[in-house]
Amino acid sequence: MARVLMFGRLADLAGWREQQIEAATVLALKAHLSCLDAQLAEALVAPGVQVALDQVLLRGDAALTPTSEVAFLPPMSGG
Amino acid sequence: MIRLTHQAFDPGTELSAFCQGRLEVGAVASFTGLARAEQGRTETLELEAYPGFTEAAIAAIAQEAEARFGLEAYLILHRVGAIAPGEPIVFVATASAHRREAFQACDYLMDYLKSRAPFWKKEMGPDGSRWIEPRAADLTDLARWETTP
Repeated sequence: MARVLMFGRLADLAGWREQQIEAATVLALKAHLSCLDAQLAEALVAPGVQVALDQVLLRGDAALTPTSEVAFLPPMSGG
Repeated sequence: MIRLTHQAFDPGTELSAFCQGRLEVGAVASFTGLARAEQGRTETLELEAYPGFTEAAIAAIAQEAEARFGLEAYLILHRVGAIAPGEPIVFVATASAHRREAFQACDYLMDYLKSRAPFWKKEMGPDGSRWIEPRAADLTDLARWETTP
C-alpha cells in the first residue's frame, strides 16, 4: 500500500492527483497503473518522467510500506 | 531564502527589502519573470508544485549557486496556483561582494529553475489548456553551466 501522487499532465491523464494503492514495489505499482489506462501507461514511460519515493528521486525499484509516498513527476518547468 | 506563494507580489518591494541593511555586499542583481499573455491564448497560467519536495529541490540548486559564486545572500520567490498575464511569476535576487558573481548567480538560478525545479505549468485560454515543458533553448541554457567553470 502506498500513497500515490500524480503531477502535471500525468494527473490530467489519470483523472486523479492522489490515491492509496496496494502494491509491493514501485515497479509493481507502475505495472498496475499501466494496466488501468493505455494513455497513462505510455505517459509514465515518456522521456523525462521521474519517480520520487518519500520525496527522494528514485532510479530502479524499491519496496513499498503502508506509509510510502510515491510521486510520478513529468518534465519540470518553472520560472 | 526561498518562498513559494499563492499571493501576487511586488518585485520592487521585494528588491528594496532584500537590499536593506547590507553594508558589505556591493552588488545585488535581480530577475523578475512575468506571465505572458501569448497574444490572448493564455488567460491563466496554473502552476503546480510538490510541497516539501519542490522547496528541497530549489534549496539544493541555491546551495550550489551559493558555493559556486560565493553569494552573500539570495532570495527566490516563486508563485504557485493561478497567475494572470502580466503578473510576476518568479523573482530572484542575489547579493555578492562584486557584480560579476551576482549577475552570474542570478542567471544560473533562473536557468536551473526553468528546467530543474519541480513545477508544472499549464496555460489555459479560449482554445483549451496545454502543459508547458522546457524548450530546447532552456536545456541549452542549462548546459552552459555544466561546461564552463
